[in-house]
Amino acid sequence: MSKTLTVFKRELGGYFATPVAYVFIVVFLLFTGITTFNIGNFYERGQADLMSFFFFHPWLYLFLIPAISMRLWSEERSSGTIELLMTLPISTTQAVFGKFLAAWCFAGIALALTFPVWITVNVLGDPDNGVIVASYIGSFLMAGSYLAIGSLISSLTRNQVIAFVLSALGCAVLVAAGSDWVLNIVRSVFPEWVAENVASFSVQAHFDQITKGIIDLRDIVYFGTLLVGCLVANAITLSVSKAD
Amino acid sequence: MIEIQHLTKRFGALTAVDDVTFDVGRGEVLGFLGPNGAGKSTTMKMVTGFLDPTSGTARVCGHDVTKDPIAAQKRIGYLPEGAPLYGDMTALGLLKFVAEARGIPSGERKAAIERVVSRVHIEEVLRRRIDTLSKGFKRRVGLAQAIVHDPDVLILDEPTDGLDPNQKHDVRQLILEMSKDKVIVLSTHILEEVSAVCTRAIIIAHGKLRFDGTPAELQAMDPAHGAVTLTLDGAQDAREALTGIAGVARVEPLDAPEGHTRYRIYPNEDAAILGGLSSLAHQRGWEVDHLSVESGRLDEVFRTVTAGNERS
Repeated sequence: MSKTLTVFKRELGGYFATPVAYVFIVVFLLFTGITTFNIGNFYERGQADLMSFFFFHPWLYLFLIPAISMRLWSEERSSGTIELLMTLPISTTQAVFGKFLAAWCFAGIALALTFPVWITVNVLGDPDNGVIVASYIGSFLMAGSYLAIGSLISSLTRNQVIAFVLSALGCAVLVAAGSDWVLNIVRSVFPEWVAENVASFSVQAHFDQITKGIIDLRDIVYFGTLLVGCLVANAITLSVSKAD
Repeated sequence: MIEIQHLTKRFGALTAVDDVTFDVGRGEVLGFLGPNGAGKSTTMKMVTGFLDPTSGTARVCGHDVTKDPIAAQKRIGYLPEGAPLYGDMTALGLLKFVAEARGIPSGERKAAIERVVSRVHIEEVLRRRIDTLSKGFKRRVGLAQAIVHDPDVLILDEPTDGLDPNQKHDVRQLILEMSKDKVIVLSTHILEEVSAVCTRAIIIAHGKLRFDGTPAELQAMDPAHGAVTLTLDGAQDAREALTGIAGVARVEPLDAPEGHTRYRIYPNEDAAILGGLSSLAHQRGWEVDHLSVESGRLDEVFRTVTAGNERS
């Protein structure tokens, strides 16, 4: 546990040692702002809620989260520091979780810095803050799931660009599984229960549930399973192919 | 301290390390020699727990590296080839991280870091980002992280590669200073390094152990070991007289400058010929320009030992 914390501290410090963290946060806030106000029509809707803010998160995270996760292991491989890290008395699991938690914490910081929209909506109206808190939790869980997928893919290649593209693709498949056009295609070929199963694998469906203010155990289990499953796979791929 | 038994590593069809067995004990400085691609780094990666062997075992301080890597890794300090370090950290930040990861209690970390910093002389670059350091300083930071926890076993993969002669000298001094109470294994393809710091040398080629002995024994394998090279002013007819000295096996004429003659005189095994030689020179009134006893050329031996069944 303490070794996980050691890795966590180094990683998180690493984000802020270079301008990368600040650039990322600025871009993150910029895009959440554009999607909320320009595309989501925050003002025109005339509703005191953050639906237009959270609605785009599954799509926004598609390219923002892989930008964080792409370097997690690819960079260790390409610079050779993986040999330094993996010959310290730290287990692979501790290293994987330490790195993941740092990335998740960093994503959490970026997400927390969107608090001005929360203030705005509270100044303008009287929103259901319980729903907003649930939505933030859902968004954070979703970011964690994307990061776990990204971390797994990053451990398979030493090339950060490949890691980015494949992670974005992997997350896109999970999001798109819940969209109507994919489900309609599935329905046209398979019976309804197949379509329902496909939809239940979708990040979108589970995230939508949470943003309605309903924190259902099934949604938590979904994100938790995705997250832990990917990290366990990540640890296994690393212990099999550390040096490749 | 290090026990390696039948260690083998295959990458697909390629056998990088082939049934290597040796032990290293406290106080030994083992020079790990071999051409590039011979399997030196692969062996070290298996001993440090970075790579799992295909078969065979490596034990460090009694801990099987495959079965209990953490226990073994706690006792090891390791400088990987090329000294990879986190470039976005400062030297001090990296040492703090490694000290913490090595399990040094928080109260002792500062003292441990100060000790290694003064030992490898990196005081002036402590607060600089590692990316901005020169190669020599990077290597020293790499050494510092390897010894911050005062390990029993120190494994250094090409510690002096790419350093200038002064830096090489510094690193060798450091290794000699630390050698008394530790096991040090260092790989190199610089042969002079072996005679400079090692108490023992192992040559590995094409994954196989080819030689295991002291650097002096290695030198003695050169046929020219113990031979005397003699340069005379004039004395064109010395060869026969030289052959007559007791203990001389044969005399080989060498190229010499105008008006001089030069011979290499090979003794019978372990025979002392210098006495006979000097009295002969005195008796004949030869003017000796130069006289030296060959200690054996490591690069000759190295080539002989590692040659044969070249891998394409």
